[in-house]
Amino acid sequence: MTAVTVAPNPVKLTRSDFKTEQEVRWCPGCGDYAILAQFQKLFPTLGLPREQFAVISGIGCSSRFPYYMNTYGFHTIHGRAPAVATGLKIMHPEMQVWVITGDGDGLSIGGNHLIHALRRNIDLKIVLFNNQIYGLTKGQYSPTSEFGKRTKSSPFGSVDTPFQPLSVALGAEGGFVARAADREQKHLGEVLDAAAHFKGAAFTEIYQNCPIFNDGAFAPLTEKGQKEANVIFVEHGKPLLFNGGTQGIIFEDFRPKIVNVEEVGIDKICVHREDGPLGYHLALARMHAPEFPTALGIIRRVERPSYDEMVNAQVQTEIEKKGRGDLHDLLNSGHMWTVGA
Amino acid sequence: MSTDTSSPLGDPGSNGRSVESLETVAIRFAGDSGDGMQLTGTQFTSTTAIVGNDLATLPDYPAEIRAPAGTLAGVSGFQVQFGSSDIYTPGDRPDVLVAMNPAALKANLKDLEPGAMIFVNSDAFDARSCEKVDLPPTVLGDGTLDAFRVFEVQFTTLTRGALEGSDLTTREKDRCKNFLALGLMYYCFSRPLEHTEKWLDQKFAKKPDMAEANKLVLRAGFNYGVTTEAFAVSYKVPPASIAPGVYRQVTGNTATAMGFVAAAQLAKSDLFLGSYPITPASDILHELSKYKRFGVRTFQAEDEIAAVASAIGAAFGGNIAITTTSGPGLALKGEAIGLAIMTELPLVIVDVQRGGPSTGLPTKTEQSDLLQAMYGRNGEAPMPVIAAATPADCFDMAIEAVRIATKYMTPVMLLTDGYIANGAEPWKVPDVASLPDLTVHFRTEVEGFQSYDRNPVTLARPWVRAGTPGLEHRIGGLEKADGSGTVSYDPDNHEHMNRIRAEKVARIAADIPDAEVIGDDHGDVLIVGWGGTYGALRAATALLRRKGHKVSFMHLRHINPMPGNVERMLKSFRTVIAAELNLGQLRHLLRERYLVDVKGLNKIQGQPFKISEIVKKIEAVLETPSQEAVL
Repeated sequence: MTAVTVAPNPVKLTRSDFKTEQEVRWCPGCGDYAILAQFQKLFPTLGLPREQFAVISGIGCSSRFPYYMNTYGFHTIHGRAPAVATGLKIMHPEMQVWVITGDGDGLSIGGNHLIHALRRNIDLKIVLFNNQIYGLTKGQYSPTSEFGKRTKSSPFGSVDTPFQPLSVALGAEGGFVARAADREQKHLGEVLDAAAHFKGAAFTEIYQNCPIFNDGAFAPLTEKGQKEANVIFVEHGKPLLFNGGTQGIIFEDFRPKIVNVEEVGIDKICVHREDGPLGYHLALARMHAPEFPTALGIIRRVERPSYDEMVNAQVQTEIEKKGRGDLHDLLNSGHMWTVGA
Repeated sequence: MSTDTSSPLGDPGSNGRSVESLETVAIRFAGDSGDGMQLTGTQFTSTTAIVGNDLATLPDYPAEIRAPAGTLAGVSGFQVQFGSSDIYTPGDRPDVLVAMNPAALKANLKDLEPGAMIFVNSDAFDARSCEKVDLPPTVLGDGTLDAFRVFEVQFTTLTRGALEGSDLTTREKDRCKNFLALGLMYYCFSRPLEHTEKWLDQKFAKKPDMAEANKLVLRAGFNYGVTTEAFAVSYKVPPASIAPGVYRQVTGNTATAMGFVAAAQLAKSDLFLGSYPITPASDILHELSKYKRFGVRTFQAEDEIAAVASAIGAAFGGNIAITTTSGPGLALKGEAIGLAIMTELPLVIVDVQRGGPSTGLPTKTEQSDLLQAMYGRNGEAPMPVIAAATPADCFDMAIEAVRIATKYMTPVMLLTDGYIANGAEPWKVPDVASLPDLTVHFRTEVEGFQSYDRNPVTLARPWVRAGTPGLEHRIGGLEKADGSGTVSYDPDNHEHMNRIRAEKVARIAADIPDAEVIGDDHGDVLIVGWGGTYGALRAATALLRRKGHKVSFMHLRHINPMPGNVERMLKSFRTVIAAELNLGQLRHLLRERYLVDVKGLNKIQGQPFKISEIVKKIEAVLETPSQEAVL
């Protein structure tokens, strides 16, 4: 788990350096505000000058994000942010490129680009704000809305089986797969910090409350008195404990099972490994309240060479081996002949 | 086959036979798609270029990689016309057909004029193979082919004979038979074997026995011509008078690829290609993916949309960004191209047109994407559209596309087509020093920076390389306030921006050359063409003018905006005819723009124009008072 350290830089920046003059225009109470605050808090700590950040988004409520970050920013078209970001990252491997997307943008219209960015392992920090609803188009069910959800476009209840974003990311060969929640701000900041330091495609799902069209969707995970039993914060090398450490997760017949720590003993509790087997990570990611505590934190973190790194290495190797290409030689190649005067 | 009347016929050849001199010859090699006909044609073309003929080629192959053997669907052809005078097209009708099997004969017979030469692989004309394509098994002897000069050659038997004693399997031996055909053609048209022999040595450097086998068969084909009495005459086609210089052969797709590499170097920037494989554009991707030494990054995207989107990301980074596709792919890219228009980023989209709509005719040529290129986006989304005229012209037009894109901060559409993309012609290699300077001036000055501040002449906004300190800014698909570049819903600003985007493209008209005109600037008929029909239209015009007709030809390489001389030309002829491989798309643009009653000469068969069909139709127009009747 050797997280590549971002190049140390003497630049001293503060939160206000990353604020823009654009008025923030999300609905009052939107979870996006909390996420924005974490970004503006995180970026000055990463040791990069402001111009080395790019924030690229698609379309949707979440995708207004770049306008509020004083970095290079691109508000692109619906679903295509990972593709635009890919082109930029290939040509500018030195930049830290963030992709901001939502459940509709990233998993519906842009599902294809998301999975391919993950499998290629392009060094993009992809953050998917999941509010389980279409907010900008005013309240239709999304690809992560629960089965049976009644919305404007599903008055009799949706018959769509939802995607589980982390299952998609894990299945798409994602090397860094994490989940956080807008209300758990400190934890959110830590997860985003880990994503920033990961070399390769980092996928973070953030449970984000939409107070207008899907209010309280994550209340069991974020409200005091409920969340203790419904959330498990996973940490590498630590046992899977929740409910104030009284309960834990063990695996029996390959399935997770809730046990009382007092009864089985702390040694029996499964210890989380970010580099564990994919099947374990899937099982962990697919635990959901109320049957299980929902896992928040870094589910998987396994590094491999990134696409942009390898593409640029091929270019470098070719230039080192044969020298920088010469246009005259290129034009004067292939099947040639001379016509005399 | 036109005979060169200035040369005496019947030179005695080395074997005492006569050698006839010809001005032009068109040969078509046809066989199963596994018979190596494209390779045979390419080799014949290379050798022909070396002996100094002008030439043009037309590969014509099926969409299926391997259609069932011996069927009409599986016939692959390669036509080359060469001559001692300027050659503008691969030839209307082949003078010589090499048919490797009954399917190849059947598929091509309709294109032959009486008197044409046919070389058939008689070994392949067994009853079953003939039956497959509904030919009588007696076809070679029953008089069906009496109108032609038929040479029955046992290609398979002769090949096996030449390789007697070789360790190759029979199957491997049989695969050499295309070189027998090639050797025989080299004899018939007095071409040397050396070039192909050298090529075989290189190609099979690691398999010397294969090189040797193919060379043996090549020579066997040539010697068969020398020794067999069937060939009483062989032909020579004297070299053309071509401007002195260094030449190479180039297909349109290769020229396009090299043009972009050159453009990026001239712009002192790096080249990025985002592309998704699609026929007939994939060769540009293949070609550019070799050029890592030039700093070229190619990205084979997951789909057409990701391909263009990644290029837009690269353009945002301050690179020469391109995406290559064909019609169906262009349809998918429409929304993203609109984003490039809105964000005013330089981007080149290459559409190698093919038969449509939908999947259409993937391997056949057409010019039916012109209106899609012009209008295929939501909103008022104007962009420059240019089109390459010939395979070699693709090089210049790729550079021109980058010049316009970076100077005016706009996406540019470069249209080519399957015909010039795959067709080859000799190309006089340009001197690098003669290429235009495309140096890009990126904005680095922080003081007073506004992302939509405009150059008063070009109306271009500043181009900032992402990563430049102090110039962090946000762009996107939402309407922007002119100047500041912040999101704006202001009604007046939106109208202003729409007009600015249109005006920016319109102003390019002052920065492009006049359209090329062949002939006088007034007369009876003006033929207007664009794109890959240049060769056929030019040759047809020359023919009509030689006959004394007052016909001129104007060719458009810039279509949006149009060159300054277009209106004057359109209004100086009794009849204006837009000739194009679609149902009248340029015609539509000309009529709409200039209010001239332009007629159409249209063909939409997946095949290029024949010179003869243009001549015939134009002559009918000249002779008929009511011209509508014939067009």
